[in-house]
Amino acid sequence: MSFFNFAWQWLIAVGHWSGPEGVPSRLLEHVEYTALAMVISAAVGLPAGVIIGHFGRGGFAVVSLANIWRSLPTLGLLILAFVLSSGASWAWLIPLVALAVPPILVNAYEGVLGVDPDLKDAATGMGMTPLQVLFKVEIPVALPLILLGLRTATIQVVSTATIAAYISLGGLGRYIIDGLATNNYGEVAGGAALVVLLALVVQFAFSGLTRLIVPAGLRNQARQS
Amino acid sequence: MSWASQNASMLAHLTGQNAYLALLPVLFGLVISLPLGIACVRFGWLYPPVLGLTSVLYALPALALFVALIAYTGLTDTTVIIPLSVYAVSVIFPSVVDGLRSVPEPVRQAAVAMGFGAWRRLVTVELPIATPVVIAGLRIASVSSISLVSVGSLIGIGGLGYLFTDGEARSFTTEIVWGVVLIVALALVTDSVLVLVRRLLTPWQREVASTHPVRRLSVLGGRPGGGDVPA
Amino acid sequence: MHRIALYKAMALGIAAAAGLTLAACGSSGGKSNPLSGGGGSKSVVIGSANFPESQLLATIYQQALQAKGIKVTTKLNIGAREVYYPLIRKGTITILPEYNGALLTTSVSPSSTAASTAQVDAALKAGLPSTLEILNPSTAQDADSVTVTAAFAKKYHLKSIPDLKPIAKNMVFGGPPEFRTRADGLIGLKKNYGLVFKNFKPTDTSSTITFTDLMNGSVQAADVFTTSPQIISDHFVVLADPKNNFAAQNVLPLVYKPGVNAKIIGILNAVSAALSQTALLQMDSALVVQHASYSQVASGFLSATGLG
Repeated sequence: MSFFNFAWQWLIAVGHWSGPEGVPSRLLEHVEYTALAMVISAAVGLPAGVIIGHFGRGGFAVVSLANIWRSLPTLGLLILAFVLSSGASWAWLIPLVALAVPPILVNAYEGVLGVDPDLKDAATGMGMTPLQVLFKVEIPVALPLILLGLRTATIQVVSTATIAAYISLGGLGRYIIDGLATNNYGEVAGGAALVVLLALVVQFAFSGLTRLIVPAGLRNQARQS
Repeated sequence: MSWASQNASMLAHLTGQNAYLALLPVLFGLVISLPLGIACVRFGWLYPPVLGLTSVLYALPALALFVALIAYTGLTDTTVIIPLSVYAVSVIFPSVVDGLRSVPEPVRQAAVAMGFGAWRRLVTVELPIATPVVIAGLRIASVSSISLVSVGSLIGIGGLGYLFTDGEARSFTTEIVWGVVLIVALALVTDSVLVLVRRLLTPWQREVASTHPVRRLSVLGGRPGGGDVPA
Repeated sequence: MHRIALYKAMALGIAAAAGLTLAACGSSGGKSNPLSGGGGSKSVVIGSANFPESQLLATIYQQALQAKGIKVTTKLNIGAREVYYPLIRKGTITILPEYNGALLTTSVSPSSTAASTAQVDAALKAGLPSTLEILNPSTAQDADSVTVTAAFAKKYHLKSIPDLKPIAKNMVFGGPPEFRTRADGLIGLKKNYGLVFKNFKPTDTSSTITFTDLMNGSVQAADVFTTSPQIISDHFVVLADPKNNFAAQNVLPLVYKPGVNAKIIGILNAVSAALSQTALLQMDSALVVQHASYSQVASGFLSATGLG
């Protein structure tokens, strides 16, 4: 299993864990980029998706958005963002957000749209205002899908931030790009292993979060449809 | 644009390369997902662990998988084809299961009552009914595959991603834009072709547009497939 | 009975998948460095590095050889020298366009102090493995450099690299990732000139990112290849290199001896003889400014010099 050998040998070298190019530093950078992109994307995508889903309109636009999102090539967008912003230090943020908003928006939309009309009826019958119905019924019921959208988006961002090393960004992708440039497969393998581990942590963190936040009854409903 | 028309044959060559590198994995994905999905429907206890595994694999970033494969397959097409096949399975396999499970029970029972064996039932009744859902999965797998091939240009693998790295190297923005445009176009064309295939394979489904949003689970997460998306 | 049928289906599926996967698996790594893997082949294989001028030179070699009836395949955009040099050592690649000084200090003899073309070529002939050979150098050179913007040079009165000594510690230096570890990169700048920069920013191989960063001040100095058209068009200043940190870097073919013969060598030498500095600059400009295609520029050069 030579990939794992290379990665292991590189990862256990103490020198790779200190300094501005060390693993903790790069990992922190990567997490920071991801967090920033996610905060912005969620701030845009969640309200938009919830509102569009609540009113039930714009389904076609949402589906088209989903299709186009999936086809956009991350490397091309990163280079274009760099070129069109004349090398701005925040150029990388644009493709990251552009690629994270659609899954958040579409899943929030589908989640809110899919709330059983009977539930909303009952809530209105109980005297809730539309806003209360939204926050006390629709959003909680849509939570599994909302979290799914956030999870998909976060993993997408982690992946895109890795590729963004190509336009000089720091983070774990640096190990892959620099390692490829200097024929240092140990560095490449170490970087790839770290990126994979980060993606897995994100994946499992969201599973745990879903288990914590979403009531059991809703969780089962989402899984079985 | 005159550059594009002057370099039309290069663009066509790259597009063809991209299509090959993207769609061969989708084919592999289908070939693997069909028996896997059938088995998970037959042995229901298999489904959760296999689904768990495939969703984890789907979460792994493409560049990391590509470079990991270098240790085994060098800087060749295979290095890109294998990870893309894994992604394809992650998307298509749940669709196969969902599709087979969407067969209405009365229909299955009618087939049993008519004396169809399991094999014949599968091939003549269950799979045809599952087709729209499976094709929905194929669409998603194909579109993301076409886009992901371009990441391979970072390790020198062909496809339209070459337009990105060459455009960057020669400060040639037009070339980069063409790369994005052609990838999106190839993806949309492939998507449309698959919709056409679905219509041809399921003539009984004409105009039964599933505008029923409640059952249409999002296709952007770890639960791809779900209902059919109206074209 | 239906259980058996199902097992048959599963078995078929698994066998098909396994078969297809095995068939798709090309030659496997198993070498000490996976980045240097790859099968060899019998025809002449011309490789190139991952920047436009290298790809252009490889295309020129390809067209020149094909014009004389030699069968050629190409493997372009392999990567930096660190990646493709092991390939030609093994014979997977037969011909590479190279730069003698850079080849010497990167892959053959990092501690060499050879500076002039003659010295560099002599050191290469002494140091290259017996399977490799450099052919005649052309007069065209494309060297790494330390380059700044005109404004920056004016502000700090910069004419040559030693002038950077007092301000280096506040500067960010930009260059391809390999510049950090190469003997004539940051290491050489420190050894020869005592320069220690505040930070190194990995950009690219003297293209869009490097020039954009120089222009917008993200980096104050960068490794710029001396035939880059942007030097003239955007008024950059290439700092003088009195201690020859960067040795002479003439364009010449590096060949894997068992893969070539006298006829091939003759054709390549003729190309090198015709390749003047002016011609190289013009061709780079055609690629980067006019965005002409590689094959067009290559065939233009060859017909103009009567070689293609």
